[in-house]
Amino acid sequence: MIDTLRLTAEEAWRLVDGREISGAELFAAYAGREDDLHAYLHRCDDPGGDGIPIAIKDVIGTKGVPTTAGSKILEGYVPVFDSTVASRCKQRGLRLLGKTNTDEFAMGSSTENSAFGPSRNPWDPTRVPGGSGGGSAAAVTGGLAPWALGSDTGGSIKQPSALCGNVGLRPTYGTVSRYGVVAFASSLDQVGPVAKTVRDCAFLYSIIAGRDENDSTTVEVPTVELPGAEDLTGVRIGVPKEMNEAEGIEPGVSAAVRRAIELAESLGAEVGECSLPRSVEYGVACYYLVAPAEASSNLGRYDGVRYGLRSDAADFREMLMQTRHDGFGDEPKRRIMIGTYALSSGYYDAYYGTAQKVRTVIRREHADVFESFDLIVSPTSPTVAFKIGEKVDNPLAMYLNDLLTIPSCMAGLPGLNIPCGLSEGLPVGLQLIGPQFSENTLFRAGHALERALGFDSVPERLR
Amino acid sequence: MSNWEAVIGLEIHVQLKTRTKMFCRCPNGFGGEPNTQTCPVCLAFPGALPVANRRAVEECIKLGLALDCEIAERAVFHRKNYFYPDLPKAYQISQYDEPLCARGKLAVPTENGDITVGITRAHLEEDAAKNVHVAASGRIHGATATLVDFNRGGTPLVEIVTEPDLHDAESAKRFLQLLRQTVVELDLSDAELEKGSMRFDVNVSVRPAGSDELRTRTELKNMNSFNFAAKGIEREIARQIRVYEQGGIVEQETLHFDPAHEESPPMRSKEEAQDYRYFPDPDLVPVHPPVDVVERLRGEIGELPGARIKRIADTLSFYDADVLVTGGLDRLWADVVAAGAEPKEAANVLANQFVATGIAPSAVNAAELAKLVSARAEIPRAAFDEALAKTGDAGFTAAPYLEQKVVGDAAELDPIIERIIDANPGQAEQFRGGKQGLLGFFVGQVMKETGGKADPRVVNERVREKLRA
Amino acid sequence: MAGISRDEVLHVARLARLELTDEEVGRFQEQLSEIIEAISKVSQLDLSDVPPTAHPLEIANTWAEDEPRPSLTLDEVFANAPDRDDGYFRVPPA
Repeated sequence: MIDTLRLTAEEAWRLVDGREISGAELFAAYAGREDDLHAYLHRCDDPGGDGIPIAIKDVIGTKGVPTTAGSKILEGYVPVFDSTVASRCKQRGLRLLGKTNTDEFAMGSSTENSAFGPSRNPWDPTRVPGGSGGGSAAAVTGGLAPWALGSDTGGSIKQPSALCGNVGLRPTYGTVSRYGVVAFASSLDQVGPVAKTVRDCAFLYSIIAGRDENDSTTVEVPTVELPGAEDLTGVRIGVPKEMNEAEGIEPGVSAAVRRAIELAESLGAEVGECSLPRSVEYGVACYYLVAPAEASSNLGRYDGVRYGLRSDAADFREMLMQTRHDGFGDEPKRRIMIGTYALSSGYYDAYYGTAQKVRTVIRREHADVFESFDLIVSPTSPTVAFKIGEKVDNPLAMYLNDLLTIPSCMAGLPGLNIPCGLSEGLPVGLQLIGPQFSENTLFRAGHALERALGFDSVPERLR
Repeated sequence: MSNWEAVIGLEIHVQLKTRTKMFCRCPNGFGGEPNTQTCPVCLAFPGALPVANRRAVEECIKLGLALDCEIAERAVFHRKNYFYPDLPKAYQISQYDEPLCARGKLAVPTENGDITVGITRAHLEEDAAKNVHVAASGRIHGATATLVDFNRGGTPLVEIVTEPDLHDAESAKRFLQLLRQTVVELDLSDAELEKGSMRFDVNVSVRPAGSDELRTRTELKNMNSFNFAAKGIEREIARQIRVYEQGGIVEQETLHFDPAHEESPPMRSKEEAQDYRYFPDPDLVPVHPPVDVVERLRGEIGELPGARIKRIADTLSFYDADVLVTGGLDRLWADVVAAGAEPKEAANVLANQFVATGIAPSAVNAAELAKLVSARAEIPRAAFDEALAKTGDAGFTAAPYLEQKVVGDAAELDPIIERIIDANPGQAEQFRGGKQGLLGFFVGQVMKETGGKADPRVVNERVREKLRA
Repeated sequence: MAGISRDEVLHVARLARLELTDEEVGRFQEQLSEIIEAISKVSQLDLSDVPPTAHPLEIANTWAEDEPRPSLTLDEVFANAPDRDDGYFRVPPA
């Protein structure tokens, strides 16, 4: 019997490699599990082979398999080409289990903005799994996939991983191709792995990372090292006080993170306080200018001409406006309007132009901190998983949920979430952030902490 | 008229003839069946990303160098956002405040010295696709549809913007011709107006002569010939002057000359004046033109047309020099002259007759053409024209045509003339009696007798002489 | 307070080619006003000497060689098309 709740990708690989189970048996174990979390928007038949199954977020294009980005405007859309990351997974024999739920166009922190209904948190199905990549995170923790791909613009990998209690990496901007990934905010979007362990996460990252000639913004990356060390000797860890003492961080979250930091120290890390005042103070405002501005332009292509929804109308302009009215949900509409506003004549300098300068401030502030530290830590999310419906009527409150994940995204830095304990019976995520291309450091530290923490990633109700 | 001065600026688009499109590797070129030269990038399928064409970047730099521009140390691609069926991403990738080339000039030689036209900028962008507006095939009368072919979408374009340095239609036309020739010679574009591989818009305003104010301008779009443009500009200048002289005000507007070729974003109502929301395209990275590349490109540029006009005008009239160079004929002219033809004679043949044949100058054997040109006066007109039309054929030689040289030798013609006078005593008598018009009759008879090979001037002279006797 | 007026909501929606119902205009006006007020915070910083960051990676000159690659087949081109007319995409008159 394959226990999909506990089996890691690494173990699965070993079992298949050693002929203890077949690839088909492995695939069937995941595919046969009922999706009572609504983690998937679409599940696939076994394509065959001996590779490890994988779930892929529905913003990531997959040839011949529906890719909707959680939007009605792309309902029924089936790409005729693979995204580079999907293609790299295929080349390594990974077999697609299905496409996971997401907030529409990855805009959200709970999957409640999915046009196809929210996913549920495996720890408590009345709660959200986080977002936008809640489907991938719920699938991995809920035993519906050994690992998954997500995408992260302002926290969409890290935050759901925190809320579901698994490991998620948002890679350095430019290390993973965006080709074939439905664009939200091009200067921020990054695809990354979601897994049960840091080693699985590192391995999946090694499969997808690297320069892609189809994405001008990608670069060569350092060779990925699978972490093995169980100590943190010599690792300098900064604790930015604004990110650990921010208003709105729940006490239980703070406590779990504090314990993890103490543990790091006991593993040999040199822990010290640091400060990112303006990144935290202005990060969210900056993000909610830059990301919507880019999104307003990126979502222009949904015009009912070549694919996707088309509403009936007598002329092109009316068709265009009606299609976009009918096809986009409220959140994309809000962001399209904010972005259009921020870029429009007379407002550009005050909004978009200013936000780009704030982005420089955030980058510099982080660069200064990494003069003295190898990585910094904080809670990933200020809260544990909240109730479905709790924040849907207050977009701004929802935005503030990303307070701690956003600054490093603006700076293009990698961030790793690992589960570090429970608060009120729900997982708390620890965020580790490093300088550009420091994934190996994050893996090393994350792995050592993961071992020392001994967090049981199987939700209590499912044990 | 003299109380007013026109101010003219030009915006020119030139399609580069790279093998592939600007941001994807679909073939760039005419002739494919609709939508057969398309891919996820130029159809803007979700997730597709642009990758800049290195050759297009280099060609834009090369054109910038030919226009004496400063090449930017850092150039950036921006998105220009607007909606139209032929713009699949709902933005055009263009350049905005950091273009590849800026602050250049092109000197247009004239008989009275150069007119120097400032080049504000020359930047790279992608072309839109093609909309075809059709009547519906269905039964609903009057209903129409728009059909879209994305083959052209994404073709690399260089946009060249001039300073408002031109003041009359003729100079604007000459500038455009010289620019076209420059682009063609650098082998960057076919620059064919009829095909749309070169397009231009003209901004026109007028002001009281001697003032330096800039008044409201109108934009003339979609003119598909240089002569048409010159006429349109003249008309528009006259119209604006009339408006002002009648106490009116010129409204800012766009005048379309050929609605069938409309490819620009649709005109908007005033309440939503164009707001393109330019911002740097985050899918692309800046261009930092490497110094060695720029220097290599600079080295590939030969003597430019403007300089050649001035050089050739030392030998020929300015007019001839201009026609030869802007017609792309001056290199052939030089070869023909080197092969022994008289310079002025060669220029006349090339600029008037040869150009009408449509033969590519490069296809012509200059030595054979030189023989033909030198013998022009002695060959019947029809035979000469026939020969000229074949100069582009492989293996063309002038020899068969040179054999048809006209007979201009009086000793050879006199017996024929005498015979004809003898055969027509009545007409001869009438001529001597004062009916001078009969001269033509005799000349015609001689020409007929000689199969058209007689030199009419000599025949005329000899017939007169013989009849007088 | 940096709010957004009803007319501005309509203007922005038109620029973005979004049809809005009256109810939506009212709702979005309220929500967007709140959001715009929050993001206007960026103007508090003194940024006079700060250059803009358009991109987190400071790289330049990534391009492709001018070598053609196969285009899509027409089946692929039109696989998801709402309407077509032979080899063309068909839309209501523009």
